[in-house]
Amino acid sequence: MFLLRRLAGTAVVVALLSIGVFCLLYLAPGSVQQTLLGTRPATPETIAAIQARYHLNDPLPVQYLSWLGGVLRGDLGTSIRTGMPVADMLGQRLPLTLALTGYGTVLAVLVGIPLGVAGALRRGRAADRLVVTAGVVGLSAPPFAVGLLLLVVFAAGLGWFPVYGVGEGFADQVLHLTLPAVALAVGAVGMLVRFSRAALIRELDQDYVVFARARGLGAPAVLGYALRNSLVPILTAAGLIVTGMLAGTVLVEVTFALPGLGSLLVDSVTFKDVPVVQALALLLTLLIAAVNLLVDVGYSAADPRVRLGGRPS
Amino acid sequence: MGIAVEGLTVRQPATGRTLLSGVTFEVAPGESVAIVGESGSGKSLTVRAMLGLLPRGLEAAGTVRIAGERVDDDPRARARQRGGVVSLLMQDPFTLLNPLRGVGRQIADGLPRGADAKAEVPRLLAEVGLPADVAGRYPFQLSGGMRQRVGLAAALAGGPSVLVADEPTTALDATTQREVLALVRRVQRERHMAFVLITHDLRLAFSTCDRVMVMYAGRLMEAGGAAAVRREQLHPYTRALLAAEPPADRRLAVIPAVAGSVPAHDAVADRCAFADRCALAVAECRDGVPELRAVRDEPGAPAGVPAVRDEPGAPADVSAVRGESSAPAVRDARLSACLRATELPAPPAPEPGVAPALPVTADPVLRVRDLRRTFAGARRPALDGVSLSVAPGEVVGVVGESGSGKTTLARCVAGLERPDAGTILLGGADCSDYGRMGRGAVRQARRTAQMIFQDPYSTLNPARTVGAALGEALWADGRPAAPDDVARLLESVGLGRDMAGMRPAGLSGGERQRVAIARAVAGEPRLLICDEPVSALDVSVQAQILGLLAELRERLSMAMLFITHDLAVVRQIADRIYVLESGRCVETGPAEQVLDAPTHPYTRALLASVPDGSSGWLA
Repeated sequence: MFLLRRLAGTAVVVALLSIGVFCLLYLAPGSVQQTLLGTRPATPETIAAIQARYHLNDPLPVQYLSWLGGVLRGDLGTSIRTGMPVADMLGQRLPLTLALTGYGTVLAVLVGIPLGVAGALRRGRAADRLVVTAGVVGLSAPPFAVGLLLLVVFAAGLGWFPVYGVGEGFADQVLHLTLPAVALAVGAVGMLVRFSRAALIRELDQDYVVFARARGLGAPAVLGYALRNSLVPILTAAGLIVTGMLAGTVLVEVTFALPGLGSLLVDSVTFKDVPVVQALALLLTLLIAAVNLLVDVGYSAADPRVRLGGRPS
Repeated sequence: MGIAVEGLTVRQPATGRTLLSGVTFEVAPGESVAIVGESGSGKSLTVRAMLGLLPRGLEAAGTVRIAGERVDDDPRARARQRGGVVSLLMQDPFTLLNPLRGVGRQIADGLPRGADAKAEVPRLLAEVGLPADVAGRYPFQLSGGMRQRVGLAAALAGGPSVLVADEPTTALDATTQREVLALVRRVQRERHMAFVLITHDLRLAFSTCDRVMVMYAGRLMEAGGAAAVRREQLHPYTRALLAAEPPADRRLAVIPAVAGSVPAHDAVADRCAFADRCALAVAECRDGVPELRAVRDEPGAPAGVPAVRDEPGAPADVSAVRGESSAPAVRDARLSACLRATELPAPPAPEPGVAPALPVTADPVLRVRDLRRTFAGARRPALDGVSLSVAPGEVVGVVGESGSGKTTLARCVAGLERPDAGTILLGGADCSDYGRMGRGAVRQARRTAQMIFQDPYSTLNPARTVGAALGEALWADGRPAAPDDVARLLESVGLGRDMAGMRPAGLSGGERQRVAIARAVAGEPRLLICDEPVSALDVSVQAQILGLLAELRERLSMAMLFITHDLAVVRQIADRIYVLESGRCVETGPAEQVLDAPTHPYTRALLASVPDGSSGWLA
């Protein structure tokens, strides 16, 4: 029931955003024909072809619906820059960006949450202060600057990691993606540390934790109680982190010369390749909506009150 | 065996403050002892220190023996004892269970290693009077009373021989409170546990426990058998505390309230803690801390320990964790920390009751007709056709348990909640829907009726000074707020003029509630809506606030709509009473008629659940 409602909500959001994405075409400077023609010569034949291809003589809602119909069939148009179908270009680039985001998220979670937990358990002591300081530093470091620093130190200086490229084979690819993923993860670690530490500290002060200790539950069981209850704010932070990373890939992919969606976006924007920009915007919208939906699924798995319609107290 | 605490002291090293000191007591197996005191008395800290569960930043000293083992200097012994030897039941059933874990699994978490959860969890649930299928539910699916029963089952899972209960029923309705206390007592007798009950309610302590200890400002003031202390109190503080609890069976002209509030332990480190508020104090009372000493033995005092120790039907694993079944010695000695304990005047005879004011026949200031309100998603309406009227200068009590709709009624009248149907007439003007009224009409309605709320800690804006809050109230009434007006307003509620510059954080609960009252009466409203105005306060503060409300009513000839769950409180202040149950009014009439000769079974059940101090109350 809860999930159905969330699913419907997500569908509405995606539909509304698709209208916005469609309108990108009209927001671009110059006439629509010019935009779509790009650098091709504007002969009457080419203009007629463009008008027929994009139904430019139809009223706007009809144009939108035919565009949407194409999108749903997998037809995202043709790139002005390369002349290739946009869907193929995205298909080539998507796996790298997904791998990079996934790798960065895993790193952030594996480092950020344990650090936050350690800080909460040693609240006020030296270890805690170190964790909090590290979190603030991570949060305030922009990914591309961290990327440059990592490149200079670990790739150019120490030579432990490759400077650019994606590599061949699984191990080599992981090696190539490590520095970009770390660059993405640094800020996320800072955020996760703060969220998980604050959430756990709040839960450790709750009555049910004192009660659990008082009736003789062991320390791991008590920590389990508190961690489970901290999960909802941590999930919220994780959702924000993944969406933030998707946006962060733009800069990091350029810094590390990786052929992902981010670098495609930069190239396409520079070239005014509107169909590609449209498709990328739509894809990012879908990815972010999917992440938020996953977070909602996570809430209902973590908290029976969400699932069973109780009032969270 | 049982508990032996000697010279317990709790300090806060960061500030150098001492919060309680010199607390010494014993509890034998099978014996029940109540620790009674107001907030700030140190009763909760005492048991937290005893159990090694002090909040961060506090340190305890002194010796604690639990089940014969010295534990105060041995964290590992404490960890070993928790659950299996000593267990704690906490105050608030709504927060003591993990909200995300099924009830059965939470109980199973506390079982001793190797126990069979499939057999033990249903057995524990049955012991606390719950069906086995509760195990599959989550805490949020249970009522407060059921949650507290689950809490008891979880506390018992390890088979403890010592059970400590910290105000286990304060958050529950009166009728539920009696059921839960009766259950705790029954289980304690059956399992022959040493039992410590923390409570602020002296009558409840008399009814529930064999012995009673009274604490004040971090020290023990008096101890003795429950029946003996109930008969005669050997410390003036105990007398004051008992006198401040309003009786449910008659209306007093004035509830005897001691002025002032509980001092900090350190502020009275060199004298009797109560001396500054005590009418009987002499010079020696301020010359040093009086020791708690035996005043007299009362060999005739009834032993409160039942003879169920070796009941054959007791479960096997319970008898295994019991201590030796030596006969518990109920210490009959009466202990008092009052220097003049032996020369205290005889306690005054109970004050006779007085009759409430005669009914007024003038046009009502408030008339509510057939009020209905259903909240979205609720199974039944919060208000299901309630009608009532309040005459000018009349105090009308609305009583009922949580969920009866009494607070919704108050909020509708104050315009904080919009009724679905029905009419509200305030001073003759239709105020059924504040949203549709013009600005002037709302202003007039607010000048006619003002409201005070239950929680003194959230009723004031923490960022504004007391003077600013009151000045705003005067300004809202259309009066320029001269500093003198604020000062006069403060004095009218018994506060000093210098309090105007303070912020709420620096005030006690009672002082905050006085400020809230001053804010409400700034415009001299014709009707004051009071939503449980004293239920979050200590009894002595409650007596002060009730006295203040009675005085303001006289002076301003103000009517009151007084919402409460406490029949003893409503007896003291109300002229007429409406009894609400599940959004309907089941009984109404003059106060003494409803309380002395109730006709509806619900009213009778409410009356029976008021603790009377007798040992038969829980039966």
